[in-house]
Amino acid sequence: MAPSHLRPGFGYRRSADQDAPAPVRHPVVVVGAGPTGLSMAIDLALHRVPVVLLDDDNTVSPGSRAVCYAKRTLEVWDRLGVGEAVVARGVGWRNGWVHHRKQLVYEFDLLTEAGHKMPAFTNLQQYLLEEALVARAHEMAGIDLRWRNRVIGLTVAADHVALVVDTPEGPYELQCEWLVAADGAKSFARRQLGLEFVGQTIRDRFLICDVATDADFPNLRQFWFDPPFHRERSVLMHRQADNLWRIDLQLGWYADPAAEQVPERVAMRLRRILGEEANFRVESAEVYTFQCRRLERFVHGRVLFAGDAAHQVSPFGARGANSGVQDADNLGWKLRLVLAGLAPAALLESYNRERVAAADENLRRAEQAAEFIAPRSPMARALRDAALHLAGRFSFARDFVNSGRLSQPTVYAGSPLTTPDHPADRFGGGVLPGAPCMDALVERSGEADWLLRHLGFCFTALVFDATPPSGQVERLAALPVPVRTVVVRVGTAEPAEEACLADTAGLARDRYDAQPGTTYLIRPDQHVAARWRRFDLTAIAAAMARATGSAEAA
Amino acid sequence: MKLDTTPRLADPDAIFTALAHAYCHLDDAQARAFDARLILLLTNHVGDDDVLREAIAIASDGLVPRDRAGDLDAVP
Repeated sequence: MAPSHLRPGFGYRRSADQDAPAPVRHPVVVVGAGPTGLSMAIDLALHRVPVVLLDDDNTVSPGSRAVCYAKRTLEVWDRLGVGEAVVARGVGWRNGWVHHRKQLVYEFDLLTEAGHKMPAFTNLQQYLLEEALVARAHEMAGIDLRWRNRVIGLTVAADHVALVVDTPEGPYELQCEWLVAADGAKSFARRQLGLEFVGQTIRDRFLICDVATDADFPNLRQFWFDPPFHRERSVLMHRQADNLWRIDLQLGWYADPAAEQVPERVAMRLRRILGEEANFRVESAEVYTFQCRRLERFVHGRVLFAGDAAHQVSPFGARGANSGVQDADNLGWKLRLVLAGLAPAALLESYNRERVAAADENLRRAEQAAEFIAPRSPMARALRDAALHLAGRFSFARDFVNSGRLSQPTVYAGSPLTTPDHPADRFGGGVLPGAPCMDALVERSGEADWLLRHLGFCFTALVFDATPPSGQVERLAALPVPVRTVVVRVGTAEPAEEACLADTAGLARDRYDAQPGTTYLIRPDQHVAARWRRFDLTAIAAAMARATGSAEAA
Repeated sequence: MKLDTTPRLADPDAIFTALAHAYCHLDDAQARAFDARLILLLTNHVGDDDVLREAIAIASDGLVPRDRAGDLDAVP
C-alpha cells in the first residue's frame, strides 16, 4: 500500500516589507497558493512582472480536492515549465467504463490523437500537483512566495489596493496596483468587498474519499449508476498517483453528513466497493454539498477574482482546478500589458467577459450532469434509466449518458478581442478564432519539436508555407505590442530556413486547415485572435489593436 | 414553425392501436420505462433541436404555467 503522504512544511520567512517605514507597493499581489494562484504567479514572473504570492498556510492542500487535469491545462503548465513534471508524477488514462445496475453499459476511449505533447488527461492528487507548482515557483526569482501570510484587511483605492497581512510575527501593511484574489471558495477578498455568488446549491450530498489500496483495479474512470453495492445512487472511482484512488459516493440530500463521516461507516461503504478482502487505508473522507455559482463580475476595480474565489462547480467533469488555471492563463498577459502601459486598463474587462463566459459554460455543463446523476422527478429518472438501458445497444443513447462531461477549453468566440473570420477566407475547420491552439509534432533544424513551444508569452503570427514580404516581419516586431513571426513549412523546410518549423507530416497543416499563406494571429495565452488566408500587415495590425483592447470592436 | 403537425401517417388507426397495445401488459412503472425509451428513440430520430423544443413546448401547453414552461428553454 502507498505510504501516507507527509505534507511538506514551507517555512515562514520575515519579509523586508515588514520592516519598511511605509507600506511597500508592488505591481501585483496574488492571494492564495493553490493551483490557480501558483499558476498565476508563475505566469506573471515569466512575463517579467514581479509578484508577491501570499498564502495563509505553510503547506500544500489537504486531501479530497482536485484530481483530474485536462490537456489544455497541462499545456498551460507546460508553457509555465511544469507540465512535464506534472505528467511524469501523475497517472495518465484514456478509458472509462459506465455501469448501470449490474451491467457494464459501455466503455469509452478518449481516442487520444497522436502528435500532441500533452496527454488528454492526467490524474494527480492536488497536494502533489501543488508540490510541483511550488517547486517551480521557488526556483523563480520573480516570485516572492510568503507562507503563513494571511490577509486580514483589504481596502481598494483609486490607484492601488491596500492590504493588512497577518504573520506569526504580527501584522504588516502592503500595497499593490492589482490584486489577484485566488483565495478559494471562502475568499476573504470576496467577503471584504461584500460580493455575493449567484447560482445554486445542488441538493445532493457526496462522500468524497481518497483511499490507498494495493488491490489491482483497472486504470480507468469507472462510473456506476445504481450499482448493487450502493443502490439508487451513483459511485465514481478514479486512480491517482501512488496507488491512491478517488471514490465519490452519492448520498442524497437527506444524508446526515456527521454520521456518514464516521470512519466505521466509511469503511463499511468502501468494503462493499473494494471487496471484503481488500487491504485499504482511508486517507481522507468528507461529505460535500456542491455549489454551482459564480460572482456576477470577476473584475472589481483593482481586484481580479480567479479560480474558486470567482466560481465553483460540482466536480463531475473536472472543471474546478482546470478552469482556475485557465483563468490565470487568460489574465497573466493582460496584466503584463496593462502594467507596462502597452494596453488600457479596459483590457482587463475582457478577462471578465471571457472567463465569465467560460464559467457559465462550466456551470451549465455541471448542472446538466447533476440532472442526469440525480434526476429531480420520477419521469426524469425514467428518462435517465431509459438512456442507460438503450446505451448498451445504441450509440445515440450513449450521448445522453452524462456522468460529467470532461473539461474542454472555452472558445472565446464572442469576445471583443477576437476578430471573426472573413467569409471570403473560407475556413473549413482548423482552430477557430478564440480557440486555444492545437499542438502538433513538427521539426526544427531536423530535430523533433512541438508547435506549442513556439507559441505563447508574446503575440505570434503563425504563417504557413509562405514568406512574408520583405521588411514586414520587422514591422510586426516593431508594433507597440510586438508580434513575433513563426513560419511553418509543410513538408520539409529548406536547409537555409533554420528559423522555420518543418511540418513534415502535414499535421499542423491539417489541424489548422492551412493553405499556403494562411496566417494565424495568436495571443500570448495561445488562443487564436484572428486568422486569414494570406499574410496582410494591415489586417494583422487591426486585429492586434482589437486583441489588446486598443480598438473598439467593429 | 418547423414541427410538422400536418397529417403524415398512411394508417393512423393502426399506429394508434399499436401504441395503445404496447401498454397492455405493462404496469405503471413499466409503462413509464416504455414511454421514456420511446421518447428517446424518437427524439434521436427527429434529430432537430428546434423541432424538439417546439414539440416540448406544445406538449407542455396547459399542463404547466407558461412561465414555468419557459424553464425548459433555459436548459440547453
